[in-house]
This record gives sequence, C-alpha cells and structure tokens, in this order.
Amino acid sequence: MADQRISLTINQRDVSVVVEPNETLLQVLRDGLGHMDVKYGCGEGVCGTCTVLFDGEPVNSCLMLGVQASGHTVTTVRGLIDDPEGRALQARFLEEGAAQCGYCTPGIVLTAYHLVRENRRATREDLRAGLAGNLCRCTGYVNILDAIESHLGRSRSHTEASV
Amino acid sequence: MSQLSSSGLDVRTPLDRGTGQVGSSIVHGEFRDKVHGSLLYAADHYGPGMLHGKVVRSPFPSARIISIDTSEARALPGVIAVLVADDVPKNVMGEEASGLGLERIQTPVLAEDRVRYMGEPVALIAAEKPHIAEAAAELVDVDYEPMPGVYDPEDALAGNAPLIHDQGNVLSDWRIARGDVDSAMEDAHHVVEGTYKTQAVDHAYLEPEAGVGWIDVDGVVTLRVATQVIEHATEVAAILGLPHNRVRVASTYMGGAFGGKEDMTVEPFLALLVWETERAVRMVWSRQESLLARPKRHPFVMRYRTAANADGKVLAQDIDIVGDAGAYPYLSPRVLFAAAVTAVGPYRVDHVRIRARAVFTNHVPNSAFRGFGAMQVVFGYESQMDRIASASGLTREEVRLRNFLASGDPLPTGEPVPTVPAVAATMRRALDALKPQSPAENSKLARGRGFACNMQPYGRTVFFGDKASAWIGFEADGTVIVRAGVTDLGGGQAASLAQIAAEVLGVDTSRVIVHIGDTHLTPLTGGTFATRQLYMSGNAVLHTARDLRNQMAPVAARLLGVQTDDLEFAGDAVRTRTGGVELSTAEWVSACGAEEVATAHLGTFHGESGSFDSRTGQGRTFPDYTFGTHAIQIEVDTETGTIKVLDYVACHDVGRAINPLRVEGQIHGGVAQGLGYALSEEILTEDGVSHSALFADYLIPTALDLPDITPIVLEEEPGKGPFGARGIGEPTIAPVAAAVASALEDAVGIRPDRLPFTPERVLEAINSQSR
Ligand code: FES
Ligand code: FES
Repeated sequence: MADQRISLTINQRDVSVVVEPNETLLQVLRDGLGHMDVKYGCGEGVCGTCTVLFDGEPVNSCLMLGVQASGHTVTTVRGLIDDPEGRALQARFLEEGAAQCGYCTPGIVLTAYHLVRENRRATREDLRAGLAGNLCRCTGYVNILDAIESHLGRSRSHTEASV
Repeated sequence: MSQLSSSGLDVRTPLDRGTGQVGSSIVHGEFRDKVHGSLLYAADHYGPGMLHGKVVRSPFPSARIISIDTSEARALPGVIAVLVADDVPKNVMGEEASGLGLERIQTPVLAEDRVRYMGEPVALIAAEKPHIAEAAAELVDVDYEPMPGVYDPEDALAGNAPLIHDQGNVLSDWRIARGDVDSAMEDAHHVVEGTYKTQAVDHAYLEPEAGVGWIDVDGVVTLRVATQVIEHATEVAAILGLPHNRVRVASTYMGGAFGGKEDMTVEPFLALLVWETERAVRMVWSRQESLLARPKRHPFVMRYRTAANADGKVLAQDIDIVGDAGAYPYLSPRVLFAAAVTAVGPYRVDHVRIRARAVFTNHVPNSAFRGFGAMQVVFGYESQMDRIASASGLTREEVRLRNFLASGDPLPTGEPVPTVPAVAATMRRALDALKPQSPAENSKLARGRGFACNMQPYGRTVFFGDKASAWIGFEADGTVIVRAGVTDLGGGQAASLAQIAAEVLGVDTSRVIVHIGDTHLTPLTGGTFATRQLYMSGNAVLHTARDLRNQMAPVAARLLGVQTDDLEFAGDAVRTRTGGVELSTAEWVSACGAEEVATAHLGTFHGESGSFDSRTGQGRTFPDYTFGTHAIQIEVDTETGTIKVLDYVACHDVGRAINPLRVEGQIHGGVAQGLGYALSEEILTEDGVSHSALFADYLIPTALDLPDITPIVLEEEPGKGPFGARGIGEPTIAPVAAAVASALEDAVGIRPDRLPFTPERVLEAINSQSR
C-alpha cells in the first residue's frame, strides 16, 4: 500500500500529513507532526501513556493506525491549555504534586479530563476504575486522585501533616 | 529539632534563619511543564533527517557465535550502517564497581565469540526509518551454537557447573564478622532459622531507555540521553578511542529511573552509530526490549540463623546471602556489599557472621534498583525478628524495642551507627496512625495487621571518597544561576537545589534557574544514585551558596553600616536584623560589581572518607542511614488467596524535609513499587528464556490495586544532608514486603518465605497449614 495524505484536526487546528500505511497514530503525532507531548510507553495498549482524545474519547494512540485518524479530531494534553476546564485541572495536578517524573502525566491528565466531564459526581472509587488503564510508576496514584477530587470541589481529608 | 554537634554534621548556622524556601512545598518550573506536556524527554529531541538506531540482540541465553553475516542487512535500501564487535574500537564497558579491588571481568559492548544472556547486544543498525532498522535487524545472520547454561545461582556454585566467565562463577564474596557467633548460638535460649527467596523485578519506569546523538560543531560527540550518570561520558570516549573531552553527555529529565538508568543504556550504541555515520541518530528502546534485556533487581536466597536469649534480646546472627548477578558484573558487587552491611537491620547484634556472594548465571545482568541490596534483606531480618517474637512470647513491637540500635551502637562492620537512629519513634508513629481493625464481612475473609522497620543507607560508601561540585552566580538583576552536574530522575533533584540556593541567598525560589546534567557545561557532581544527590549536591550547593554569600556580605555590610553578622538575607533583599534599611539583591550585586567583588563561586563538597578492610569485614562503610517503619492492614480471601491492602502507613525520619510535598511523593511511590514487589511482580524465566517480555505479562500496580498510602514525615534526628536532611528516595520501598509478610501471619497464620505473595502461593501456604 502506498503512503497516503490525511487531514485531521489536532487541538483545534486543521492539519494534513503524509502517513505510511503501517504507521501508528502515535508515530504520526510524534514524528510526523511534532506533538511530543504524546508519549510512548509500551506500544501494547497496556500503559495509557500514549492516550489522546479521539473525537473526545480517550484512546491509546499506539493501537491505532495513523490513516484511521483521517477526518477526525484529536486532542493532546497541550490542547487542554486552551480549555478552561483543562487548564483548571492541570493547575490542581500542580498543586497536589500529582506529577513526579511527569512521563505518565499527559495521558493521565487527558483521561482525568474525560472522567470529570463525564461524571461530576464520580467517587474516588469511580476515579480509580477510570484511571486503571493509565499506569504511573512514581506516585502511587494518591496525589493524582487527590488532584481530580479537588477539581471536583472535594478534598480528601489529607494525610497526616508533617511534624 | 535537636541539634547534633559531632563533626561532619551540617546543623543550621545562625545566618540560616529560615527564609521559608527550604521546608515548604514549592512547585518548581519543570513540574509546570510536565503537567502542561511541554517538558521534552530524551526521545522527544527529534529532527528531520535523523537516523534510527537499533540493537540486534541474542535470542539465546548461552551460545557460541560461529559467524555473523551482515551483507543482506547492509544491502537493504535505507540502511546506513551495520556494526558488529570488530567495528568497536575498544569493545569493553563497565568498571570494577566495588571500589575494593576485585578482579575486573570484561563486559563487551557487542558480543564477540559468545553470548551469555538472552537479549545481549550483538550488532547495531542505523537506518532512515524505524521499520527499516527493524527489518535490517532481522536480516543480520548470526550462526549460533547453543551451549549449556546456568539458570540458578545456587547451581552456579556447584563444582561441575558450566563456567560463565573463565574466572569462575563467583563474582564477589563479602564477609563481615564480629564477636563469637558459635558460642553465642550455643548459649542462646532461642535459635530461629529461615530461608527467604526474592525474585527478579523490573523497574518499569514509564519512559523506556532513549537518547539522541550527533557530532556537534566543535567535533564533540554529543549525546542527549536519559541517564542517571553523565560521567559515563569518559567510558564512551574510551570505547570510541577518543580523548575524554571529545564525548559530551547531557542528561534529560527522566521519565523515571529507579536505578535502571544508572548503568549505561543507549550511550555506547548511539555513540558508535553517530561516529560511524557522522549523522544525528536517535535510539529508543521498545518496552519489550527493556523488559527482555535491561538489568533487574537481584533475586536473593537468604539463609538466616538468629539466636536470642530468654528475654528476646538478639545475641547472634549467622547469615548467608547468594545474589543472582546474571551474566555480567554491572553493579552486583556493590549491591551485595550493601546487603551484607545492612543484613541484621536496625538492631544491635554483637555476634555476627555474614557472607554475601554475587554469582554469575545466564540471566540478564542484574544491577541497581531503588533499595540496592539493602531492600531484599529487610524481608530476611524482619521475618526473623517476628520469629524471635513468637519464640520468646513477646509482641512484635516489644522484641524490636529490646533490640533497636541506640545512638553510638556498633554496626556489624564495627563502626558506630553514624547518627541518632530514631527507628523506635517511626514505629510508634506508624502503628498509632494505622486504622483500628474492623471485622471482615464474612468468615472467608481474614484481616490482619503487620509492620516492618528498616534502615537504608544514603550516599556512597566512604571509601570512594565521594565529592560533588556546584557553581552559583548572580545575574545583574538579582536572579541566580546554579550549575551542577546532577541528573533528575523525576524526583525533583534540580528543584531541591534551587530551594537550597534560594534559602541561603535570600531570594525567592522562582528567581533561581538550575542547569543540570551536562559533562561539558556543568561542574560534575557524580550520578544520581544511592540516594546520594541531596546529601552530596545538596551540600555542594549549600556550601557554595554560603561561600558566595560570605564573599559578597562585606559589601552589603559596609553600605548598610553594620557588621556582616547583623545582615539578614531574605525576600530578594539584604537587610539589617534590626530592621529599617535594606538593599535589594540587584543593588547588592551591582555594588559588588563596582567593588570588583566576584558575584559567582565554584565550590566542591567532599563527603566523608574512610577505609574498609574486606579481609576482616570491618571498617567504615556508608555515611549514614535513613530509618523507618511501615504498617499495614490487609484482608486475605482464604478461598482465592488474594490480598487486599486496606490501610497503609509509612513513616520515615527524614531529619529535615527540604520539600514536604516531594518527600511525601517519594513515600507514595516507594510504597506503590514495594507493593508490586510484594504482591505481584516477577520476571519469569525458564532456562534463561524470558516469559515476561510484554508489558501485558508484567503487571505493575494500577490505581485499582493500591490503597491511599498515608505518609508520615518525621523530622526527628538530623542526618548528614543539607539542613540535617536524610535521603528519602530509596528507603521508602524497602520494608513493604516484610510488612505484608507480617500482616499475613497475623491474618491467616502463614509466613510464606518466597516473594511475591501471589494468590497461588498464599493459597498453597494456607492449604498446607490446614493439612
Ligand atoms: S504506549 Fe500506548 S498504551 Fe502504552
Ligand atoms: S509521574 Fe512518573 S510515571 Fe507517573
């Protein structure tokens, strides 16, 4: 199969790019279009590091082909900066120390954004289930859950203070 | 906070009144970039025309290489270079790691006549596209003749075992001895024995190994890689046969490392391909490559015999540890050394005999991983303490209280414990904070509580004579630049340095920029490992900042008409303690400029030095330790064997928390990784062939698997870091497995002696107990 030119909308901008038939959406976003905020973690659909919103729904971009994105809308974490809710959520992540190495963070912020928009009454357990497809090796998820809960206007009774 | 006065301890001087920069949870710039997705990691430095590097790896764990034919791979359109061992100017990597004069065993960059583990690098490809590099790798035709291998470290010790290296299968054999173990065992009231086995696990940082390289305008081979240790640049230069100053390594912020980016990863391969092609090359290892071929945590077999008197006082420990080094040395001698030194834990034991061997097998080489040998042994010594408790009819707390190290007590190496061990305080606080146990919902579920204490070294062993340098300078507007060669694993190492400099110089942390991790542009600090960075670079920045301030202070004193002792540095200004007059930092800097007083300073901090006699096993080892206790409540499903963690409290005495939010973050992360280790993670191999080379087969904890971990950050006894801080990166992972084991015994009366505690193992132990 030959290379193909596709058009899609990324973070509200229309772009067009030539893709090879076997290139994943992840590869196209990163090396084809320079969206380095989308990260590679496993290529197996296990870690969620490569999460993007595809027509508003979180997907693992490593499991999709670039050609499948033709005519669709993709949001990466950079795209949330232009969105009041996205920006607010990112601010909570910062306040709660929800990013350590930060490598999982783009995928987790996008998944969290989707979760809070779907269900403003999500419980901590709901959030745990919603994040189960996004691995983080640094934080134990505690501060991530706290950040999302804080965004939803709740605060978990915080851990024992330092003495 | 109490203050210690013994030499070498860094207590706060009167000038450091506390401007609030240290000790607060300040958010530093790169964390904002992380949350916004704008921080670039190693694989993100990509540009048009870059080549893609690929490592061709051995499919056999043990085989002779008869021949390698690269002609078909070279002929593939889009392939720019194919390299094999003969093409490497000096085909050796790895140093003698112990610092105690072991025989050097050579690790080739690319295998020559033999491969010793599955995944060992055999050839290198550079190609125009990733898929071309993949295809070319398939076309490299290696004729292998499989050889017998050794897949169990205890088998490797047998007289007739195949030799993995000509020098023999024992890489290092450390012995530490003190007192008279045999008589103490004879006189003892209780002697308890246990054999404990731990497994290989992967770091599973979310960012796989990656880097880019090019020849810069100055002719210097320049690598921008995810590495904990930029100082490997000299080793890369040696491999290329170049002078040291012709290879530059700049570290990127890492997407996690945990020790797994302490040895070289892509560096030598990237450099060889750059040198060969004279083009920019990117190399990103796949997750599957990382799982297959990167060093893991050492599996240990630990045999403990512990003697106690009728009162539960431990008299003697006789300990034998065998660690699986895998096929090449890497840092195994050092890991097993740390295991030996800490093998009895935070307890005073006067009669000890410890032997710790690192043994070659045809497994992937094992090396550094958060906890570094001092972690595996916690499962051994804490299990033994619980056994002593049951033997002597004491509670688990009481037996520990009777044995904890006290200030100045000797360690097995004969040296005194370096600072005050507040381990009892951590135990009390952790147990107090654990939620009370409520009954389980039905009789198939059993609940139990447990805990474990630990000591974890921070800083390199003193016989390395560790040092770290930093440069600090003011800009004309009063902002500050710090240059230090530290690397940042994601733990906020750079941000901590900014906070320390800000505190001393009296500016806001947001006015400090830290340049890190570049062999050619930042003063070297040594790598970020052994939880040494806060201690070493932190002290380097602290002392350099103080020297800079002292060198500039007389100018301010003169202008303000006071003595330097009356100056206060805070709020981007210098003022007199009595209040009133002040000078902005910018005015101070410009006044210094006018008087030709330097506004920058380069300083070096030297860690402690000392010597260790490996014959007697006595002498000086680690600069200091961090002490802690983890307490846990679990629920065991006695029909399925699954363990649910209901509550988890982790308490460490950190001396002083430079940034409490980040200290808590280290605790959360260490416990999470420790629970993976205790409950589910294991790299499974069969005769050296990996069954865990997919992320789908190697399960790390998800948000559903973990409880809300409660950190307790104690600031009890000052350590040797800046402002009395103790290292916290590694201690947090170490006691987890032992705490789970202790809770298992409380819940269902079993004590599995093998990690991880998978449902199958738990069920088997429950069933064999009821039979
Ligand atoms: S990289 Fe796509 S799920 Fe891991
Ligand atoms: S912050 Fe490092 S993987 Fe999540």
